[in-house]
Amino acid sequence: MSATHTILNLPDQRTATLPKRTYINNEDGLLSWLFTGDHKRIAILYLISITFFFFIGGAFAGLIRLELLTPQGDLTASDTYNKFFSMHGIIMIFLFLVPSVPATLGNFLIPIMVGTKDLAFPKINLLSWYLYWIGGLFTLAALVLGGVDTGWTFTTPLSTHYLNTHVVTAATGVFIIGFSSIFTGLNFIVTIHRMRAPGMTWFRMPLFCWSNYAASILMVLGTPVLAITLVLVALERLVGIGVFDPTKGGDPLLFQHLFWFYSHPAVYIMILPGMGVISEVISTFSRKRVFGYTAVAFSSVAIALFGFFVWAHHMFIMGVSNYSALVFSLLTMLVAVPSAIKIFNWAFTLQKGSITFETPMLYAFGFLGLFTIGGMTGVFLGALGMDIHLTETYFIVAHFHFVMVGGMLMAFLAGIHFWWPKMTGRMYPESLSKLAAVTTFIGFNLTFLPQFILGYLGMPRRYHAYPPEFQVLNVLSTAGATVLGVGYMLPLLYLAWSLKYGAIAGNNPWQATGLEWQIQSPPLTENFIEIPVVDHEAYDYEWLEHKTAHEVTTVG
Amino acid sequence: MTEIHDPSNVVNPEHADHHIVTPVTYAIVFVSLLVGTAITVAAAYIDLGIFNPVVALAIACTRAVIVILFFMHVKYQSKLVKLTVGAGFFTFLVLITMTLTDYVSRAWGLWS
Amino acid sequence: MDNATVATHPHTHETAVAAEHEHVSLPQHRHHFETPEQQREAGTFGMWLFLLTEIMFFGGLFFAYLLYRNWYNPAFVAASNQLSIPLGAANTAILITSGFFMALAVWAAEVRKKSLLVIFLVLTTLFGLAFLGIKYVEYKEKFELHHVPGASFDVSQFINPHAYGLKEQPLAPDMAQKTQVFFFLYFAMTGMHALHMIIGIVLLFWLTWRANRGEFSSGYVAPIENFGLYWHFVDIVWLFLFPLLYLINRHPV
Repeated sequence: MSATHTILNLPDQRTATLPKRTYINNEDGLLSWLFTGDHKRIAILYLISITFFFFIGGAFAGLIRLELLTPQGDLTASDTYNKFFSMHGIIMIFLFLVPSVPATLGNFLIPIMVGTKDLAFPKINLLSWYLYWIGGLFTLAALVLGGVDTGWTFTTPLSTHYLNTHVVTAATGVFIIGFSSIFTGLNFIVTIHRMRAPGMTWFRMPLFCWSNYAASILMVLGTPVLAITLVLVALERLVGIGVFDPTKGGDPLLFQHLFWFYSHPAVYIMILPGMGVISEVISTFSRKRVFGYTAVAFSSVAIALFGFFVWAHHMFIMGVSNYSALVFSLLTMLVAVPSAIKIFNWAFTLQKGSITFETPMLYAFGFLGLFTIGGMTGVFLGALGMDIHLTETYFIVAHFHFVMVGGMLMAFLAGIHFWWPKMTGRMYPESLSKLAAVTTFIGFNLTFLPQFILGYLGMPRRYHAYPPEFQVLNVLSTAGATVLGVGYMLPLLYLAWSLKYGAIAGNNPWQATGLEWQIQSPPLTENFIEIPVVDHEAYDYEWLEHKTAHEVTTVG
Repeated sequence: MTEIHDPSNVVNPEHADHHIVTPVTYAIVFVSLLVGTAITVAAAYIDLGIFNPVVALAIACTRAVIVILFFMHVKYQSKLVKLTVGAGFFTFLVLITMTLTDYVSRAWGLWS
Repeated sequence: MDNATVATHPHTHETAVAAEHEHVSLPQHRHHFETPEQQREAGTFGMWLFLLTEIMFFGGLFFAYLLYRNWYNPAFVAASNQLSIPLGAANTAILITSGFFMALAVWAAEVRKKSLLVIFLVLTTLFGLAFLGIKYVEYKEKFELHHVPGASFDVSQFINPHAYGLKEQPLAPDMAQKTQVFFFLYFAMTGMHALHMIIGIVLLFWLTWRANRGEFSSGYVAPIENFGLYWHFVDIVWLFLFPLLYLINRHPV
């Protein structure tokens, strides 16, 4: 395979133009965007919003790494440092990762992929975006007022009794964002169950839909528990009800049970949509149907189901009983199995496929390696003995960044690049994007691999000062973070550039299967001129070939 | 015949029944709920030992079930809706029981 | 294999189907739905999913209750006995009646009887307001007795009940302090419930106004139906709250 071999098939640029009527130019004016019901416009609104918050969260990451260049806590005071990692966590998790694929790519694509004109409840979709912003503004308010330093985990009794920072403001923000998430998930579930086109059976749907469906179940069932937990924290702070206060008879561990009951499924909410993207990308760039479609589909739902049974593995050292810890440890081992099944299936999709290395595929390969490492280290942490040693160290930090950044963020970027031509009608510049992908990969590994070692050697997390023997690894990590930052800035720049100067993409530049590639780029507001009737399986490249051949002979 | 070519019948899978529940059914349910309230209060005054909360919860669950089935029409709804209701209560039970595994087995707790 | 798609234009479904299925295109038909049945099913399904979130939302409070009732049983018994059974039972009956009228309202919408629909919605609202009225009376009493959790919480009634004319066992001071946990749960759970009722009543005002204009008497019943689901759910929560909060141990040992 040569490095220049590509499946990219663009129309003749001398004569190609964007379609006359698209969802973008259908209506003009800011208000037509702010009051839209069109799922595609809402997706773009979300994309801009989460990018904004991503860079704020990223700025905090930069500040963290800057402080950790030196062993002494010399850049800021310790509670300011606590505010850095708290805001970094809250913004990155609730304002970026949780909505990343569902609210942008999911919103844009799911109705098209199932063959319908919009999501089930367009107004609720718009409400979801407004709730995101109201919650985001509360979070920014907490930031501007002085920040919150509880960590994103709001652990009691620190958050309820020992701090006078803006815990309630931040908690309110997260509470509201939670409802944004719930409504998105609710919309997806109803759409996938009840609005599929004629012939679009469950097992003909793209796996992207299955993954988002599983994540949506988690959003709908898990997020409300976070909501009530935050209400109780607020009441505890404001009124002193005693629910988590040992002196009044409360149990601080109850907070953790309720908090992690959501927050563990939350990590699956974050990763499942990314896994859906990877299924689509790997299939397209291997020109091969996903190996074991049924296994991948069911494993998505299995991850969602088992994800509800393992939350106390975040609490092994917090005072839960040994017997309970045993149960949760065993179940944690089980929850790794469906994820592993997916990795195997993607690997076997690649086998004997016709592989090319466009940017989405580069990100997908990055995902395969980095998510596997992240996932495996998760299994290490699920073992009780190991966890006693490794918990609350940098090993945990490295583990979750491998799965969330090396995994999910790479999948998000893969998806953005893959569907960019569909959403905008324009191609991004391929060589620059490949450079960015490689830079990101190198920067990521340089940042987070040393952190595994640091954690194993015993450096605790959430400390701004550390013993001098850890400095070298920390410096490596900060250097990596700088490279990573460059890697993330590049897409912002060239994707914006491509909106005006990118090549015209045409309907199906990747020659991919899937209903979204059979319509114009960018799509019409109503998606389809006629609702399609589906009579082929997902990832049916023979059908696509036949259709394309058929088109060539009939176009006069 | 349907004018929509829909061989897999995804548009209206179970041809949702527009069964209209009659006021008589509602009245029977209404009276049962009131009777249930009376029994719950009466039972609270009788010493059944460990079974007091069990009886109270059992009556409450029964009343909830008839409200769900009849006032909320679930008896006449599609399998999807029935499954959804089940899923909700299942998840609630997971929250309760699995958190209990910790509290029930804790030595320093006050579980008695 | 033919790749041709088949047109499904909304207006063609007016023809064809049997008389008892109302396929006339309603003005409220949203055009991303192919048929009104699909729209109605989607709406009901969506409302149930929302109710699932409510189950999980209250679930956290129910667990806290389960835990602390077990840890501090004597305090919970003593505190629970402070609640008024007549008021609680009356409220239960009132809420059940309100639910009954709501169910009848849905029926009235389905059989297209506008004036009955409005009457039933008004009755539902009235009984809902009565519930809240009694709740206010109960809360006020708690406030006066200093049983509201927080700085002004007063446990003297539980340490020395006989001085207050109560036929209770006195509690040791540290167990008496735990009555605050009961009252926090009482206010949190009934307060959250009452908040949901207030939201429901506001929605009822709006729906009654719309019903009076005839919006729900020509076959478009979804808002009434789906609001009914919400209202019954709030009722079910109370069916559990009443025995759990008011009837912990009403039989003398």
